Amino acid sequence: MTGFDLTILLGGVVAGAAPILLATLGETITEKAGIINLSLDGTIMLSAMTAFVVAFNTESLIAGFVSAAVVGALVAAVVGIFSIYLEQSQVAVGFVLTLMARDLAYFLGNPYTRVPGPSVGPQPIPFLKDIPFLGEVFFNHSLPVYLSLLLIGLIWWYMYRTPQGLRLRSVGENPGACFARGINPRSLQMIYVLCGGFFVGLAGATFSLCTKPGWGRPQGAEGTGWIALALVIFGGWHPIRAAIGAYLFAFLQVMGIYFQEWFPSVPAQVFQVAPFPLMIFTLVFINFAQKESVIKHAEGRVWLKVVLRLFSGAMPTALGKPHKTGQ
Amino acid sequence: MRIELRDMHKHYGSIKANNGINLTVEEGTIHGILGENGAGKSTLMKVLAGYIPKTGGEIIIDDKIQDYHTPADASRRGIGMLYQEPLDYPPLTVLENFMIGQAGGVSNKTLRFREKLEDLIRHFNFTIDPDVRVKQLTVGERQQLEMLRLLSLGIEVLILDEPTTGISDLQKEALFNSLRRLASEGKSVILVSHKLKDSEALCDRVTVLREGEVTGSMEKPYDANELLSMMFGEPPLPSTRSPVEYGGTVLSMKNISGLGERTGLSRCTIDVREGEMIGLAGLEGSGQGVFLRIAAGITKPTDGSLSFFGEDMSGKNLHAFKKAGVVFLPASRLEEGLMPDLSIQEHFALKEGGSSFFVKWDEARSESREKTEKFRVKGTPDTIAEALSGGNQQRLMLSLLSKESTLLLLEQPTRGLDVESTNWVWWHLSKYCLRKTAVIFSSTDLDEIMSIADRILVFFDGTIIKDVKRDKTDTKELAKAIAGKV
Amino acid sequence: MQESNGINTSVSRRDNAIARFSRDLVITVLVVVSFTTLIIVLAGAPPLAAYYHIFKGSLGSWVKLGHVIRVWIPLTLCTCGLLYTFRIGLWNIGVEGQVIMGAVFTTYVLRFGMDGRMANFFLIAAFTAGVAGGALWALIAGYLKTKGGVNEIFAGLGLNFVAQGIILWLIFGPWKRAGIASMSGTELLPRELWLSYVSTIRLSPLGLSLALCAIIVTAIMLRYTKIGLCLKALGSNPNAAHIFDLNTRLYMLLAMVFAGGFAGLAGSMQVTGVYHRLIPAISSNYGYLALLVAMLSNYNVWIGPVVAFFFACLNVGSIQLPMMLQMDSSLSGVIQGALVLAALAVHAWRIRARRIAEETWY
Repeated sequence: MTGFDLTILLGGVVAGAAPILLATLGETITEKAGIINLSLDGTIMLSAMTAFVVAFNTESLIAGFVSAAVVGALVAAVVGIFSIYLEQSQVAVGFVLTLMARDLAYFLGNPYTRVPGPSVGPQPIPFLKDIPFLGEVFFNHSLPVYLSLLLIGLIWWYMYRTPQGLRLRSVGENPGACFARGINPRSLQMIYVLCGGFFVGLAGATFSLCTKPGWGRPQGAEGTGWIALALVIFGGWHPIRAAIGAYLFAFLQVMGIYFQEWFPSVPAQVFQVAPFPLMIFTLVFINFAQKESVIKHAEGRVWLKVVLRLFSGAMPTALGKPHKTGQ
Repeated sequence: MRIELRDMHKHYGSIKANNGINLTVEEGTIHGILGENGAGKSTLMKVLAGYIPKTGGEIIIDDKIQDYHTPADASRRGIGMLYQEPLDYPPLTVLENFMIGQAGGVSNKTLRFREKLEDLIRHFNFTIDPDVRVKQLTVGERQQLEMLRLLSLGIEVLILDEPTTGISDLQKEALFNSLRRLASEGKSVILVSHKLKDSEALCDRVTVLREGEVTGSMEKPYDANELLSMMFGEPPLPSTRSPVEYGGTVLSMKNISGLGERTGLSRCTIDVREGEMIGLAGLEGSGQGVFLRIAAGITKPTDGSLSFFGEDMSGKNLHAFKKAGVVFLPASRLEEGLMPDLSIQEHFALKEGGSSFFVKWDEARSESREKTEKFRVKGTPDTIAEALSGGNQQRLMLSLLSKESTLLLLEQPTRGLDVESTNWVWWHLSKYCLRKTAVIFSSTDLDEIMSIADRILVFFDGTIIKDVKRDKTDTKELAKAIAGKV
Repeated sequence: MQESNGINTSVSRRDNAIARFSRDLVITVLVVVSFTTLIIVLAGAPPLAAYYHIFKGSLGSWVKLGHVIRVWIPLTLCTCGLLYTFRIGLWNIGVEGQVIMGAVFTTYVLRFGMDGRMANFFLIAAFTAGVAGGALWALIAGYLKTKGGVNEIFAGLGLNFVAQGIILWLIFGPWKRAGIASMSGTELLPRELWLSYVSTIRLSPLGLSLALCAIIVTAIMLRYTKIGLCLKALGSNPNAAHIFDLNTRLYMLLAMVFAGGFAGLAGSMQVTGVYHRLIPAISSNYGYLALLVAMLSNYNVWIGPVVAFFFACLNVGSIQLPMMLQMDSSLSGVIQGALVLAALAVHAWRIRARRIAEETWY
């Protein structure tokens, strides 16, 4: 058995979680505003391809990241226009885009398959990296990883500590009330759909330029989008809890390598599906925790109340139901 | 601020919700808008608040014609409205609800707004905790919060749409005191209400609407009888329906309470006998809907017992109610009663329970032909329900009823129907009574209830405040009861 | 407005509808062709050649047509199943996992007959097991929806990944070939357990007839039976269920069972008729693709198979692209997605135009 080093393990978790964390945070923003962008899985692939191709041709990593983010926002814009302005089913449009964007990525990225290209190198932060343990875990990574770490706090701060963030949460709860208060619910939702798509695009770029550099079919990012969608629910539409979910998932992924050594008969893919039953269980529990009889039962039972609180992640009330005109 | 509305129109297709309304609200007064359901009060106020666009007319604020299209524009001009259904965010906290729409930017302004909110709460002697979630508040407290929010926006004219429905007497007192205080501070208040008592107690002046038009206005002191006749029109002549012999008890309710609508239903006890035609009077949402749904087995009562022909139904499911012969027709036909995308013939096939695997399309087709003709539904067997007019939808629903029903529960069966369809519906339903079926219907039209029902139950704030035979009462007495005066 | 026109206008209205439909179709196709051409040019390839190779690769010979039909069969089976769930308003995204579980259950039964004896018995048992496997997997999603309050999309999606995990575990674990475990799948089935086929075009008559049966059964179920009527009614307005004494949960589960059953059958076909073993990609994404087929055919049981055939042509034809033009075969997916999106856009635009027309009429 190879050496089991907790520092390296946790460092690997922080680095490996970066793309999925970005995607999860992006989707949390979108869903908090009341729109489901189901196209995540395809968007990540398409933006990963874009990032690699652009960075390869321009030899500029920044151009790669920016173009990927723009592509992410563009796909999100399609979801937004169809669902917010054309009042089509968000699920249908998102689902079609999932498949289409992925295929588009394979198609356009074909000439760049397995071509060695640019990638983001590690940039340890001076001084901080020398802190024992923490330095190795948090401050010895590449820029996208720092960005993902930074964004957790930033998005949380924006959502829960600024008036604009309050608007974001309010439009996901009751677009009609926003209209009555002089906020245009449609344009606000559109903005956050684009914003969420932007971060999902960055997630794709992080994949192909940092976490798993290069392009190919399969790229290795397949399925990430679905996991991110699950993590948003697991996180109860809260950026910090979603981030914890993302790290938990990355931890499971890294541990998969160890598990494989410990249980050689079980393939790694099996450990990769672990988040999904977990997601279903969480959903059942969220529903269960909101039942009145259960809440009554929990009265006076401290531990049960704590568990219920943990799962009380409230779905934005208007999620999936955009504001309709003409009442 | 002085508000003047000139020749206001709001049309929905051919329906004229507001038809040439003129109204003036003076600065520093409390102005009541009184009227039945559907009189056009809420529509008029929503137009004034910028929530819905007007079809025609002018809004004049302090002698200047103003044209605006959104609630934000209205509040910038000093007009704010408390909607009947609170437009707030239950999962968010009181303070957050207070801030949404006022606070912008990205810097944290919580402290400043907390101070502002706490000041306002103190000013009006309210007791709302800024940090609890709005879903934990009572309806009255949610109103208080919304009012404070509007005031902090610098509102000069405050519109309240039926604010006293579903709140406690104590809260009502607090609300009225604060409204009086606002008026004394120079603000104008518009109170939309159907409750005579409230308008009398609070308003300096009252304007009465009926069917989208102003039928009169009055200043303090009020003559209640005159106001009632403005609201309900002249009392109609009692009709002459042949009396029916009543049979045994069909439905018996004891102390039934239930949740729903805004008021719920509390401690309702009645017996219904075979052949009775009972009309449920009262303003929409005073508990009639909950009553009908509990009797139909759709809503489970929270308390009390219910029986059919002496058999206790507590704990029984909907299917058992159906088997006992209970039929319920909801008011919103297309939302709750019919399948919009299904054709007439498919509705008949669906109704035909049976245990066969295949649909007997031939039978359904011939039955739908026969019934559409008999019930004068204007449509072919292939017409989908959505494409039918309101009257035809109602006829279709009635044609789907089985003859063996023991209890018909009808929620506003003639809502939105023209005179001819209405007469036809009643003629048809009276045949059920002759067959010893008990019929219970709700209506917002008092004249209709007076001319159709043998017995009348008046609902007010979730309770039956009057239970009387038709020939033992008159329109005036009922109108009083509807407005909460027994 | 409608009552004032009489019956005489109904003929011209139908003509109008046909004209409108053809116009929509032309617009949709034009949009998609221009988009696809743009994409191909972007990839630096000749568009006309690409279209030509897709056409030739799918309908250019009897063998190719046989291949197309081999794709069409599972796609049609899945589409038929999805019509039941769409009828009642459920988004059975779990159809992918249901195909996988159908294949897994089929393989489980067939493993008992590896010596090739009693082949027919094992085949029948395997198909039954496949249907049961798919139905069971769908039923889990159904229960999660009706009892657990979990949205069927997330339940289905989660179960898809679980099914993927199960199939990988089986192929690399308990069912691995003696000595080696690889992505190429389990041990090849003995020929006795292959679905018999016409050797020249490698097309199984039994498979084809099963798919045709599925279409007819679905058409009959939806049009002529109580179940079909109730599914449609509940899909139209679940709030009126109480008026007609319908049990919404029961019908939801029933719809899921039907969808899962057909998907499971598709899985059985993939094992016995196409790959003759269990491979990790046994579902070939046909479940997801069937969702697009159902959407594009506007949930019509007769148009569905036509669209499925077109999609199968695209899938098979684009296999030529890597060899002939060094393009990726995923072009087919791009065209399919663009078609559905364009159709949705035209549909939305149509509704919008109608609403504006109605408003000005008042």
